[in-house]
Amino acid sequence: MSVATDVKTLVIDGINVSARADQTILEVARENNIDIPTLCHLDGLSDVGACRLCLVEVKGSAKLNPSCVLKVEEGMEVTTSSDRLKHYRQTILELLFAERNHVCSVCVANGHCELQSLGQSQGLTHVRMPYRNPQLEVDASHERFVVDHNRCILCTRCVRVCGEVEGAHVWDVMGRGIDSMVITDLCDPWGESSCTRCGKCVQVCPTGALSDKSKVGSSHPKYPEFLTNLQVMREASREGL
Amino acid sequence: MTSEELLQIAENVHAEHAKFDYEVNVCMGTGCMSQHSDKLKAALTKEAVTSGKRCHVRQTGCMGLCAAGPLVLVDPAHSEQELLYGFVRESDAIEVMSSLDAAPVERLLTHLEHYFEGQEHIVLENSGHIDPEKIDEYIARDGYQALVMALTEMDPQSVIDQISKSGLRGRGGGGYPTGLKWGTVAKSVGALKYVICNGDEGDPGAFMDRSVLESDPQRVIEGMTIAAYAVGASKGYAYVRAEYPLAVSRLTASLREARRRGLLGNNICGTAFSFDIEIRLGAGAFVCGEETALIASIEGQRGQPRPRPPYPAMSGLWGLPTLINNVETFANIAPIIRKGADWYAGIGTDKSKGTKVFALTGKITNTGLIEIPMGMPLRQIVFDIGGGVPDGRKFKAVQTGGPSGGCIPEEHLDLPVSYEALINVGSMMGSGGMIVMDDTSCMVNVARFFMEFCMTESCGKCIPCRAGTAQMFGILSKICDGKASHADLDLLIDLCDVVKNTSLCGLGMTAPNPVLSTLRYFKHEYLEHIDHQHCRAGVCACGTKDAALLAAEEVTA
Repeated sequence: MSVATDVKTLVIDGINVSARADQTILEVARENNIDIPTLCHLDGLSDVGACRLCLVEVKGSAKLNPSCVLKVEEGMEVTTSSDRLKHYRQTILELLFAERNHVCSVCVANGHCELQSLGQSQGLTHVRMPYRNPQLEVDASHERFVVDHNRCILCTRCVRVCGEVEGAHVWDVMGRGIDSMVITDLCDPWGESSCTRCGKCVQVCPTGALSDKSKVGSSHPKYPEFLTNLQVMREASREGL
Repeated sequence: MTSEELLQIAENVHAEHAKFDYEVNVCMGTGCMSQHSDKLKAALTKEAVTSGKRCHVRQTGCMGLCAAGPLVLVDPAHSEQELLYGFVRESDAIEVMSSLDAAPVERLLTHLEHYFEGQEHIVLENSGHIDPEKIDEYIARDGYQALVMALTEMDPQSVIDQISKSGLRGRGGGGYPTGLKWGTVAKSVGALKYVICNGDEGDPGAFMDRSVLESDPQRVIEGMTIAAYAVGASKGYAYVRAEYPLAVSRLTASLREARRRGLLGNNICGTAFSFDIEIRLGAGAFVCGEETALIASIEGQRGQPRPRPPYPAMSGLWGLPTLINNVETFANIAPIIRKGADWYAGIGTDKSKGTKVFALTGKITNTGLIEIPMGMPLRQIVFDIGGGVPDGRKFKAVQTGGPSGGCIPEEHLDLPVSYEALINVGSMMGSGGMIVMDDTSCMVNVARFFMEFCMTESCGKCIPCRAGTAQMFGILSKICDGKASHADLDLLIDLCDVVKNTSLCGLGMTAPNPVLSTLRYFKHEYLEHIDHQHCRAGVCACGTKDAALLAAEEVTA
């Protein structure tokens, strides 16, 4: 039996499920219509386990584990929602909302924002901590796109899509801790960078941090699912060769 | 290199030393160097020549008592009586030299009967006794015997068995059993395996690893080489922070010496085993002491941790099995192999074996480097070895474990030092920083200091650590300023729980510890700041109320 066909059985939220040995808890949960909130995860990109929203409890382990990178194991018992997890998820969202300037009413992504949707789905009614309100710049030097660092949650989806899928590695992270910023090239203005103008980063950005100039003032839905379609097509063309 | 050749080198060194009547060792560790011990050594060397005495002036590594630097150790060949001089200046060279065959220089003598009493030097056994840049001096003190023994008489599995049996645990702070880690890496399958030495010591007030690398670098190299043989690695990296230039230069020189002697490189000691070590410099990020971030840094990536599993033992540097241990852990290896696991296991407590090096700093008389057997009560460390709190002030707490640790109050001072005992009182062993505080320290301010450290050193990858530490720092500042409410305190406690349980790596998981431990033992200080805008240590400028007014308020309440 090869590794790829090795099948494991486990329990997620009391439901018996089966999975391939190389699958993660998140993948298996979603296959079985169990919703685990995520923010930095995106189908088609590598996982970094950074947003900590997808943390789950595993029986026998004192530590909480990010389900996006946690591989299935035979006989595992996983709990994806509990009062404790709910509280942690809400607090993490609070920390995110308070970190920069997330003012939905004047945001280009209003109504199409994953952070906003998560706030709603996780029952976040208010933020207990003070808003930090840093003074961050907006870089509109690119002819098509804008980056508003005030809305950035440092999920690094743009960094990953640019490096892993577009192969350009224009985006990266600068600084550390609370002062971290996504940058283009070596902190050059986006318009003067080596950007290929493909727009993938804008489509995968979960908030209004990256947006299309032509959508400003109107509804700005994003279509991150293009990524899985793209990969299916790339796979097909590779096989066709 | 065979053991006979090692003995020959040792004999040559002893014969060379026998030509001298006196050995004058000058500490050239960073502490004493900052007090110009290099000039002192030059003056002593010059004086030795002028006086015509048969005297060998030698640079050595740290002698431990950094508070009294620059230190000079006079060791007469024909007598057991060693003299340790402290605060020796360049201008004292003539006096020291002329006193060699006369009475000691009374005013420079250190009187430290209790300082060395109770200490047990294993890791530091050569510190202050050998020239760290001369491999032959290391060999003359039984150096590289363990490596030759391991390579010629033991198979890799029996080396691992010895380390497991010794009970040695990771000295970087986590306390993971070293033998178990080695066994895992040995069993992992990979085309290539790596050994990494973690010398990215970054805790405030900690300088153990720096001193070991500066004083006895060959011992770390030997430990790494034995480890490589045991786990089947062929390439090693010594990751040292760039803020330690002296350690880096001595390690570089020592690697060169080891290669020259055939103790590193291809076919070490004429066996089939090949191994070499490269130095990588840390660029000043505390988080790079976390093993996965350190590995990313060596790979040339941004120094950020990644989720584990997979652990480095399975998938580490460039996806290959990697053994990563701390400097002090590697420094313990050679003596264990040389003297046997049973000898090592006979030192220390039930679950914490051997000795631990601590950097004793803060409000303590004898600031410096100490090595004690595990299980020694904190009280003995602080008051006997450390000489207690100076200036007649009152002891308040001792902080261990750096920003990941906690403050231990007077009531727990009789606690024997071990991994478990320290965790039980809300602190941890950590890498070995020990900061003593007296009644002039405000515990809220101390918690705030460590939180600021964690905030600025957070890599920013995961949200709880990045934004959580910033929020906690904000609340702690508010408390220090006397502007916080009880709701703020509740939020602080809640954030401690969230950040501790949801952060990605050890930095975030332990960042709340200084707050939690001060809240556990010094909650009254928090409440005084909040309710009365009063800081009993007078550190925080949080209000104008004096003690009398405070007492009056207490009565009316």
